[in-house]
Amino acid sequence: MAQAVPAAHRRGFLSTLRIDAWWIEPLLVAASLGIFFGWLTISIFLDQWAFEIGPYISPVYEPKLFEAKGSIFISPAMVVLLGPVPFRATCYYYRRAYYRSVFLSPPACAVGDIGKTYKGESGMPLIVQNAHRFFMYVALLFIPILWYGAIKSFWNSDDTIGDTGIGIGLGSVILCLNAFLLMMYTFSCHSLRHFVGGGLDCFSCTKWTQARKRAWDWATLWNMRHRAWAWSSLVVIVFTDVYIRLVANDVISDPNTWGF
Amino acid sequence: MPTFNMRVFRGNKDGGEYREYAVEAEEGQVILDVIHTLQATQAQDLAVRWNCKAGKCGSCSAEINGKPRLMCMTRMSLFDAAAGAITVSPMKTFPLIKDLVTDVSFNYEIAKKIPAFKPRAPEADGTYRMMQEDIDRGQEFRKCIECFLCQDVCHVIRDHAENQPKFAGPRFFVRLAELDMHPLDTVDRLELARYDAGIGYCNITKCCSEVCPEEIHITDNAIIPLKERVADKYYDPIRWIGRKLKGK
Repeated sequence: MAQAVPAAHRRGFLSTLRIDAWWIEPLLVAASLGIFFGWLTISIFLDQWAFEIGPYISPVYEPKLFEAKGSIFISPAMVVLLGPVPFRATCYYYRRAYYRSVFLSPPACAVGDIGKTYKGESGMPLIVQNAHRFFMYVALLFIPILWYGAIKSFWNSDDTIGDTGIGIGLGSVILCLNAFLLMMYTFSCHSLRHFVGGGLDCFSCTKWTQARKRAWDWATLWNMRHRAWAWSSLVVIVFTDVYIRLVANDVISDPNTWGF
Repeated sequence: MPTFNMRVFRGNKDGGEYREYAVEAEEGQVILDVIHTLQATQAQDLAVRWNCKAGKCGSCSAEINGKPRLMCMTRMSLFDAAAGAITVSPMKTFPLIKDLVTDVSFNYEIAKKIPAFKPRAPEADGTYRMMQEDIDRGQEFRKCIECFLCQDVCHVIRDHAENQPKFAGPRFFVRLAELDMHPLDTVDRLELARYDAGIGYCNITKCCSEVCPEEIHITDNAIIPLKERVADKYYDPIRWIGRKLKGK
């Protein structure tokens, strides 16, 4: 027997007929973004707290263009603001993450978004997201720099701490993992996928376009896991930074062959 | 057989309400079966659009417990009869005609604005040749059954009806991407994508991809590549200089 119950689709912020726990994902993502990006922001300007020891240097401070000045306004890590930071900020995956979790536009699928009006990325300020490709080009330059730091971590040239020469420590392994994940995050980028071959209409036309098709195939394969690369590389760079700082400040000791 | 409490929207453009019906479901049935049972036994005037009952015609789009889905592809085994009523609503984005039927003509009007495929001249023997690798991308997009669930869930027009005249929506970005990537096509639709279709309004929250019953990677394979092509043409000064140097 039919019975009347309250009205249909309502409009407005958070209006939805969903009955699942749709709010968990945006809550977790917002908290995670806050924690990890919050720490990185602090870390960039925290050069008073040692960030290097022996063969290790925090990847946040790679490349170290000048010595720490102990100022909260100028830090050798600020070079990452030129490439890696805006690269992540304009990343297609992170855009999805923060548009949903922080901007609440919308907080989840089929849940009313927060704005009374909406123009998305069609006008200022969000139209600047189209610059993602330029930050990607800069981020590509950081990959050899990060690998240089990771490989250098197998050679201790600092004779004031432990033995010198070639060796290995837990920090070396962590730095290699960090360089690998950041490389994969960059290689799985949507803009890179477009750059290497996605912009072509004909893959088979010439030897050059066939080579670009092969590059596009690899980029596509990696791009399918872009979210996983984005999160794993973010978590690991924060972990690496914290680990090296804890070792450098004698809070924990690093198991290594140099004996420091 | 379990008896489900179905909470179905009944009404038209002038107003309406949810009504609850107790309906028995048999093993293997889907929401559309239960709606048909309801129609046959308790609500003969219940309006519902359907056709193939196989997830290929795209007719029976609705919102089930608030999630845009095809009624014919939503199994009753997903639900626990004891957990409360199952809410079945019409799509929110489109004007309501009656009960679960909406007016989706908005989409057909947009489709008319997209210039049709226009191939280059045929080869000397009068034929066209394409390699499979050149049309793989487009074939994914041709799986689209035009259920318009992606259009329904897209917050750009779902929550902001005022954007409908300037935003084509995910289904048509798929269409534009398919045509733009076609190795034989000669029409430049990037200006259309940027201005009239309003691709800049999309903020890539991927809800369209999440609801697509054909599992087309709408955002990753159509919208983002289209955004990148628009960026090539309108937002990339390096490419602009390159085009000028090549005299294009």
